[in-house]
Amino acid sequence: MTYPADLKYTKTHEYARVEGNIAYLGITHYAQDQLGDIVFVEAPEVGREFRAGEVFATVESVKAVSDCYCPVSGKVVKVNEKTADSPELLNQDPHGQGWICAVEMSDPSELDDLMDSETYEKHAAEGGGHH
Amino acid sequence: MAEELKKTPLYETHLKYGGRIIDFEGWALPVHFTSIKEEHHACRNAAALWDVSDMGELLIEGPEALDLLQMLLTNDISKGYPGRVIYSPMCYPNGGVVDDMMVICLKNGGYLLVINAGNIEKDYEWVSGAARYFRDVTVKNISKETAEVALQGPNSERILQRLTNYPLSEMKYYHGAEDVYVDGIKCLITRTGYTGEDGFEVYCDAADGPALFDSIMEAGQDDGLVPAGLGCRDTLRFEASMPLYGQELDANHGPLGAGLGRFVAFGKGTFFVGAKALMEEREKGLKAKLVGLEMLERGIARTGYKVFDESGSKELGYITTGSYVPTLDKNLAMAYVPVDFSQLGTKVTVDVRGKKVLAQVVKMPFYRREAKKK
Repeated sequence: MTYPADLKYTKTHEYARVEGNIAYLGITHYAQDQLGDIVFVEAPEVGREFRAGEVFATVESVKAVSDCYCPVSGKVVKVNEKTADSPELLNQDPHGQGWICAVEMSDPSELDDLMDSETYEKHAAEGGGHH
Repeated sequence: MAEELKKTPLYETHLKYGGRIIDFEGWALPVHFTSIKEEHHACRNAAALWDVSDMGELLIEGPEALDLLQMLLTNDISKGYPGRVIYSPMCYPNGGVVDDMMVICLKNGGYLLVINAGNIEKDYEWVSGAARYFRDVTVKNISKETAEVALQGPNSERILQRLTNYPLSEMKYYHGAEDVYVDGIKCLITRTGYTGEDGFEVYCDAADGPALFDSIMEAGQDDGLVPAGLGCRDTLRFEASMPLYGQELDANHGPLGAGLGRFVAFGKGTFFVGAKALMEEREKGLKAKLVGLEMLERGIARTGYKVFDESGSKELGYITTGSYVPTLDKNLAMAYVPVDFSQLGTKVTVDVRGKKVLAQVVKMPFYRREAKKK
């Protein structure tokens, strides 16, 4: 299964992995595959607050710059420091070690607006809309 | 996609090898087969093969072929002889660049101009327009009838030698040979490239392109040869600090500011288009100069980003190309800045999406391969 069942997905190819009130955010396998070799991750600072749909990070591959949209509203409580030195983690393990940051959710009910893995897999297979 | 993309004779070949096809200035070409980084490293360490049939070819023939080129090109084409390849910019009267090209000197006294994909129509108009002032010269656009592949990397000679009797070790850099048979296919071969590595560019009839590509891929299977796409074609040429038309060169940016002065032969003894403007520019001093930048803080400068002085208050110019480069593992850029800011070590900042990121002027070429041991 390319897309883990315990993750929630956005149309714009981000995911949220929920642990209690914390959501770990990253980009999906489809997104990393479209981007190619990722060479730079601009993660947000701890303490910053984002609303769902706002740009919370920017990911750069050799060829392209891509904004990442926040799946759920919340405050950044942790940043994956490993991605600074090893941005390739987003290619190698996008749904695991390649997470970008974690937010404390302000409105967990927003998770209901996201896609489950089955729906997302179909969305990605259909070309994923416009990234 | 609104318009049908142009396809090279090797389109089906790209699909067969698993290329990811994108729209490259109207051409359907692969951006990569596996990954840009992998293909980049393969070229530097082993070998890589590209379809570069999107490039254009103009055939210039007749007794006045040399006169026409001496008038249109900034370099001295009279130094050519059959088998010689000469790089030259082609300028407008104001010194801006129409295109930059390779001139392959042919056995029959003619010349093959290898021009950029995006400039084929414009160049053909420009060159054939000028040819009307001559009595005995013909200009033919043979771009569609011609396939071109580029085999680049340290193992290139060994791989290509398996397919031909021509003694490739005797072919010097920027030289070539016509009517060479590569696995039975009649080709024109030049020892040239756009990667900073040793290698060859091989031309044949469009119909033979796919077979040529397959033959070379098979001959290189034990030498680390990979099919390669547009992505690393750009990172390799950028890392080797080679200019790309439309980025480092254009109608407003001439050869002198781009550091291509050695390809402008002011003393060649004939008038050439752009000579007066370029001479004036040389005497008065350049307004802007192309420099190499290394990012000192986290961030990647991309094409079009603005460059400021160290304090971030004075705008200096803009990035022509910027990227992460795999061999040097750095974030580098090229930019036009005023001459006062072009000294090595000068600190500048680049506006990376609203944030001023510190960078420093560094030497070009960024990457130079080690001299061949013989």
